[in-house]
Amino acid sequence: MDTRKPAQDFTLRIRRYDPDSGEAPYWDEHTVTLEPHRSVLEGLLQAKAKYDGSIGVRCSCRAAICGSCGVRINDKPGLACHTHLEEALKRSKDGKITVEPMGNMPVIKDLIVDMDAVHWKKINRVTPWLIGKTPVPEREYVVDRVSMVDVTQTMACIQCGACVSDCLSMEVDPGFIGPAALAKAYRFVGDPRDAEQQQRLKDLAEDPNGIYNCTHCFKCVEACPKGVAPMNQIMRLRRRAGSDHHIDDRNNGHRHEAAFVTLVKQGGLLHEAELLPRSYGGDSWFGKFAPKAGAELVSSLPVITKAVLRRKVNPKLALVPHKIPKQDVKAVREIFDTIGSREERYELNLYVVGDDKDLEQPVAGAVEDRSTT
Amino acid sequence: MPSHDVLIIGAGLAGQRAALAAAQAGVTVAIMSKVHPVRSHSVAAAGGINAAVSVTDDWRSHAYDTVKGSDFLGDQDAIEVMCSEAPAEVMHLEHIGVTFHRNDDGLLDLRAFGGASVKRTAYVADITGQAILHVLYEQLMKHSDTVDRYEEWFTTSLILDDEGTCTGCVARNIRTGDMEVFTAKNVILASGGAGQIWKPSTNALICTADGITQAYRAGVPLMDMEMIQYHPTTLLENGFLITEGARGEGAHLLNSEGERFMEKYAPNKMELASRDVVSRAEQTEINEGRGVGEDGAGIYLDITVVPKKRTLEALREIVNIGKDFAGVDITKEPILIRPGQHYIMGGVKTDVDGATPVPGLYAAGEVACVSVHGGNRLGANSLLDTLIFGRRSGEHAAERAKSMTMPTNDRTQLLKDEAEIKEIIGRPKTGRRVSEIKDELGTVMNRYVAVFRDEAGLQHAHEVVRRLKEEAKSAYIDDQGTVFNQDVLGAIELGYMLDAAECCVVAALERKESRGAQFRTDFPERNDDEWQKHINTSINGDDVPTIHYSPVTITQWQPEERKY
Ligand SMILES: Cc1cc2nc3c(=O)[nH]c(=O)nc-3n(C[C@H](O)[C@H](O)[C@H](O)COP(=O)(O)OP(=O)(O)OC[C@H]3O[C@@H](n4cnc5c(N)ncnc54)[C@H](O)[C@@H]3O)c2cc1C
Ligand code: SF4
Ligand code: SF4
Ligand code: FES
Repeated sequence: MDTRKPAQDFTLRIRRYDPDSGEAPYWDEHTVTLEPHRSVLEGLLQAKAKYDGSIGVRCSCRAAICGSCGVRINDKPGLACHTHLEEALKRSKDGKITVEPMGNMPVIKDLIVDMDAVHWKKINRVTPWLIGKTPVPEREYVVDRVSMVDVTQTMACIQCGACVSDCLSMEVDPGFIGPAALAKAYRFVGDPRDAEQQQRLKDLAEDPNGIYNCTHCFKCVEACPKGVAPMNQIMRLRRRAGSDHHIDDRNNGHRHEAAFVTLVKQGGLLHEAELLPRSYGGDSWFGKFAPKAGAELVSSLPVITKAVLRRKVNPKLALVPHKIPKQDVKAVREIFDTIGSREERYELNLYVVGDDKDLEQPVAGAVEDRSTT
Repeated sequence: MPSHDVLIIGAGLAGQRAALAAAQAGVTVAIMSKVHPVRSHSVAAAGGINAAVSVTDDWRSHAYDTVKGSDFLGDQDAIEVMCSEAPAEVMHLEHIGVTFHRNDDGLLDLRAFGGASVKRTAYVADITGQAILHVLYEQLMKHSDTVDRYEEWFTTSLILDDEGTCTGCVARNIRTGDMEVFTAKNVILASGGAGQIWKPSTNALICTADGITQAYRAGVPLMDMEMIQYHPTTLLENGFLITEGARGEGAHLLNSEGERFMEKYAPNKMELASRDVVSRAEQTEINEGRGVGEDGAGIYLDITVVPKKRTLEALREIVNIGKDFAGVDITKEPILIRPGQHYIMGGVKTDVDGATPVPGLYAAGEVACVSVHGGNRLGANSLLDTLIFGRRSGEHAAERAKSMTMPTNDRTQLLKDEAEIKEIIGRPKTGRRVSEIKDELGTVMNRYVAVFRDEAGLQHAHEVVRRLKEEAKSAYIDDQGTVFNQDVLGAIELGYMLDAAECCVVAALERKESRGAQFRTDFPERNDDEWQKHINTSINGDDVPTIHYSPVTITQWQPEERKY
């Protein structure tokens, strides 16, 4: 980004809605003059200050920390104060910057949505406070340094709702607990001071709208301005629930995942026809003969039939496993082996990064020297 | 008409801490905020919170550093309370869930901060305020059956009865435009600071002196209002803050000659001298032509000397701010900064329990002046201030409520406030726009009521503020609606800012010496004989505020020359 470019004109196309008027939403345009690296929020504020003070937008910090200004800009959710005008313009099809309220939440006025009705309700769903281990120590809980740095990634969530705005699962299932709330759940499940991790995980795994309801669409990872990567946190919750706490949930979420992994490991590619029976009956070839699998399969028959009739599925291709060259299967297995043999878990965490050579340097040594002089 | 034993206005750290303390004492509590609580400005606090938690540290050392930092204007009894109660407060935060950074032994890690003689700043990367604020909000959600939350409600006035006791407030539901009278046995003001009076400022757009002026208009004196902190490292570009944590981790300040100029001004503490000292040093370098950047108005902050891994782990937000708002990778190159308005040491005069001279009215946090910061606040002492005095006022107000009956309020103030809002909405578009007046105020204050001040500049600033007050009476807005009419609230906030600004200017004119954040080029020395006292400003109708003094409490530390 070049901060020295001179000011230029930007046209903002703002979606307006005035509940007082009783009229439908409409588009409103204003042209503002700012340097290209200024934010869309600064653009909105200039329009408000100069032309129309009635434009409704929540904002406070201007620096991507308070989480007030979540909106959709040219079809992508994000913070208005964290999106450069120039960058927004690049994504525009017609040379104008479109600003709309976030999705998946009811609009109150203009760009302001009702976060209580959706976002905060879901946050409340995950028992969002620490249930501390007892006895409470006299001083601090003594915990591993890295574990605190680890939960700091989810602590960094500013509750802006950008991830909620475009969550694909939530669109089809408004009951889904959703990315932000599940990231918040990880903040406690990952916190060694919490006494109820097992219960929390059980609850999230058993909930039909819980951790197994995410479709890995990455939308929340893309949307999040703070690198919280909610989907990653959801995957970690699943791993803890399934592998660490052996929670065999009634949604078959864990078995489905195990079956998925086994099939890919065996054949190098997924074999769809095997996936469903195994998810229901157990992660082996015999899975499909388990009574439970039978019952579930029968109940799934209408969907399967429909899919076949509409030519979404070709029975022949679906039933025969995919064939891929032997060396490719071998390569896939090697990946599994390498990762599986690692002692430490490789967690994608924002704060645990850096060059190894830096590790050897004393941390902030320069300070120590100076504060004693 | 909602009524509660304790009503808290403001849901930043001070307000939320007060609410939890009052709820724990077993009384009915309401907390009100014009933005959702987690959007409060406390969320922006980055660097950390001071407390002598280390076994090798002593709260008295913390207290002495604070007294010295205050340039001997802080009240030492209050400072003793704050510093001695700090370790327990930090442990409490840790127990309820704040994810404080640990050292390799699993204990709280501490970082260095300006003006401190040892490392005593606990932190969560550089999102300390956010981490604490969100954890307190978790507790409010947990205690939702005992604490009523009024989120997105805007307080317009405090209500006083005929005896001058505070009995509640009038507030507007921002979502609907409905006005309501809130009755309470005790009201705690926790509505934060006033940074928007200056342009630029590190403060959020909502820091508009609401509580300071509401109390002032109710007759409470404002104390130390001339003491405005300019933070040494705000982005040249837009005034955003680069946390002192950066210098705490070892970053250097450099002038155009590549010189670590702090050697000249504070040879012992260097970049980690008190904020007033560092800001003055920077401004001197800039004024004497050794600034950097396009018109020489900046200074380099060099964070590349901090190990990269450490920067990424402990200064993550600053990496992002550099990248997103200045286009600079701070792990690779220095970033352009300058001193910028950051904090108001002064505010509503209170005692160590948060009580103001008006019975039933408490104040805590940045809105208040206890005074623990005196002429200059040490970095990471503000979060501490909000929590300690938030808690104390919550506890005290709850106790007081237990022996009282619920007062009754009529609708007089509500009708007045409603009429005022109606009048603003109905103004013809002949005057100036609210945004224009706010802009002019900010620019003038940042020019004349800044790091260096003098009589002529302050006089000029005062004249401008008086004129803007007149113009504000006919300033017009566009929004005529009821739902989320932010426009009309902006006009009310402008009124708050103008009143508070006048108190700042008048107090700065009054103090004819240099102490802490007040540096008068026409009176460059500290003058303990005449000026080791607090300046208070009180409302005087529409006229210039009246001035009176109160003594500085000294317990164990006699004034001495301040050197870093
Ligand atoms: C960028 C930045 C970084 C900082 N870093 C640090 C740090 O590292 N360490 C440190 O100790 N200090 C730091 N500070 C200072 C510190 O953050 C603040 O002084 C402190 O958080 C103020 O808290 P508060 O609770 O008093 O007010 P705020 O957090 O500002 O809360 C004010 C509350 O009052 C409400 N309110 C205001 N007016 C009204 C009204 N009319 N009606 C209803 N509600 C109203 C608001 O909605 C809000 O909830 C920093 C400050 C800034 C600007
Ligand atoms: S990855 Fe999962 S949680 Fe994230 S947006 Fe997609 S479905 Fe929602
Ligand atoms: S996870 Fe990210 S996008 Fe979602 S609410 Fe938190 S900060 Fe916003
Ligand atoms: S204004 Fe605070 S996040 Fe954008």
